[in-house]
Amino acid sequence: MAKPKVGYTRRSLLKTGGAALAASALPSPMLWAQDTKDIVLRQFGTGVSNLNDVANKVKEDLGFTLEMTALDSDSVTQRAATQPDSFDIADIEYWICKKVWPTGNLQAMDTSKIANYDKIVGIFRNGKLTPESEIAQGTAPHTVGFVDGPGGTSFADNETGWMTLIPTIYNADTLGIRPDLIGRPIESWTELLNPEFKGKASILDISSIGIMDMAMVCEAMGEIQYGDKGNMTREEIDKTMAIFTEAKRNGQFRAFWKTFDESVNLMASGEVVIQSMWSPAITAVKSRGIPCVYQPLKEGYRSWGGGIGLSSSLSGMELDAAYEYINWYLSGWVGGYLMRQGYYSAVPETSKNFMSENEWGYWFEGKEATDVITSPTGDTLAQAGETRDGGSFYDRMGAVACWNAVMDENQYMVRKWNEFIAA
Amino acid sequence: MQVKNRHIVGWLEAAPLAVVLLGFLIAPIVMIVIVSFWGATEFSIYPAFQFDNYEFLFGSPVTYRVFGATLKYAFITWALTLAIGFTVAYFLAFHVRSLTMQIALFLVCTIPFWTSNIIRMISWIPFLGRNGIANQTLISWGVIDEPLEWLLYSDFSVILAFVHLYTLFMVVPIFNTMMRIDKSLLEAARDNGASGFQTLVHVIIPLTKPGIMIGTIFVVTLVMGDFITVRFMSGSQRANVGRLISNDIGLLQYPSAAATAVVLLCTVLIVIAILLRFVNIRKEL
Repeated sequence: MAKPKVGYTRRSLLKTGGAALAASALPSPMLWAQDTKDIVLRQFGTGVSNLNDVANKVKEDLGFTLEMTALDSDSVTQRAATQPDSFDIADIEYWICKKVWPTGNLQAMDTSKIANYDKIVGIFRNGKLTPESEIAQGTAPHTVGFVDGPGGTSFADNETGWMTLIPTIYNADTLGIRPDLIGRPIESWTELLNPEFKGKASILDISSIGIMDMAMVCEAMGEIQYGDKGNMTREEIDKTMAIFTEAKRNGQFRAFWKTFDESVNLMASGEVVIQSMWSPAITAVKSRGIPCVYQPLKEGYRSWGGGIGLSSSLSGMELDAAYEYINWYLSGWVGGYLMRQGYYSAVPETSKNFMSENEWGYWFEGKEATDVITSPTGDTLAQAGETRDGGSFYDRMGAVACWNAVMDENQYMVRKWNEFIAA
Repeated sequence: MQVKNRHIVGWLEAAPLAVVLLGFLIAPIVMIVIVSFWGATEFSIYPAFQFDNYEFLFGSPVTYRVFGATLKYAFITWALTLAIGFTVAYFLAFHVRSLTMQIALFLVCTIPFWTSNIIRMISWIPFLGRNGIANQTLISWGVIDEPLEWLLYSDFSVILAFVHLYTLFMVVPIFNTMMRIDKSLLEAARDNGASGFQTLVHVIIPLTKPGIMIGTIFVVTLVMGDFITVRFMSGSQRANVGRLISNDIGLLQYPSAAATAVVLLCTVLIVIAILLRFVNIRKEL
């Protein structure tokens, strides 16, 4: 059987194939296996979790092909919203989900088909990491994690059994610093606008995330008291932008970055000594032998979470394959892989089986490494005796001050952001 | 009958180009103009006839500043590429005597174009950086004590990259017109007692004007339409109109991007119209 490349052709072929199978009284397992082999699922998302190693492992464990495309957050949103036929699986962040769900391009998932659903961390189910936790501001994942039914268009506020995204990966973000070039302790978000770092600071040029970093700074400076950082009023947006525009005109920023690699280069080359950064970017700088710290700050972290959503056009055998993929995703191998890069898995306990005791202790429990810690690709990240910046899972995820968000005034914010970049 | 046939044949001959232009030039522009009046929600655009996009565009001081910056980049880049391009073309056309040598040297000029635009641009970044080669060299020579901050992520680096990228677009048309200047005119000038400088000003420059104009149009339109060079070389710190448009597109604000594009298109057309007042290119082609 030839493998057609065009989605429609493939689908219609598979549909007829599936119907033929259902019609026969005793479908032969051989036939089924052959068809699985021909399934191609097209996944796209941000670079963080679109890893070729995952696609290879899927081929090995599940038999079908996963095609990966990595894009930046804006492009991901754009594609999920405007080109529903260009993907089968969308690997997106929760705030993107809030934006994209109303387009109807994604379908809700039946949690009863998810084997490890009960083991998923509370953050993604009722919003609480531990029963005592307070829910942070912003687009907390559980607020956009459920809908009322398979065709639901509005988000539900409890666990309905129909999930929008199956959580896969998340982390708590903070500022990255070059301790060797700063030479003193950094404790607060306010340092980003400290004139001491004039021309040596950077912030990311992705509006939905950048505005949150800005808000953390403005709030820490005591300049603005936000009602909800994740859902600002126009006035709050104006004030925030005014503070940062002034800093920009005064030459506070060396550059703005949009992609992961840019942030790594800015930091590694010493162009920038303090900036918004993502955890694996810190890892990448460190693996070049350059000191770099993911500095925990007293005001807390800005957190984000991603998950996989299914295209509404998935059906039949491909939908089954997608569920199989999701179950596999949560079964531990990927989780272990991601956690060894510094992210967290939605089902940490299954990931534990795929990590050594030393790795689990270092990455999850915040303990001293007992041996060298290496990344999944083999780079040395830490020596024995070192601990993770920020400590254990509960220390870090417990200190989240806000989640990446899209606000009601998003369009206004976007225009203001555009002005800020052009200012 | 004969005449009528010729008429039809003429139309048929013009048809392929007309169809291509209609389908790939006129139609997209018309579409952009239409969309510029539409409205946008966060994730979709809807047909409407409203002036919101233009209102926001003309109502924001940032727009004027950005258009100013775009014209500034275009003007400075034009002046520099013209000076360099004219000199290079002059050297190639009048100082190098053998045709083989001229062709060889001309090909040398094109060597940088064997790599991609983006690579040529990005390779400046490690060179100009705070700890880059330029700063390290200057410090080791004792010219400066502190690294120069303005070398990278500044107007300087943006214009440097523009000049580097686009000078050849000036060299080629100027060289081309210079090669077609009748050498006997230069001899006549010399025979009549003109100095080298007088020959340049009164003979060569006037005869090279069409080439200069074509090069100017290339450079001005390229610089005014660019967004990626400004983004990379300024580390997103500076903006031109292209970046406004690309930001809008990235944020799914297509109608607003379309409105900006329409205004930019008009600006560029006005600039070219003004340029064409000076020289009649068609006469010279």
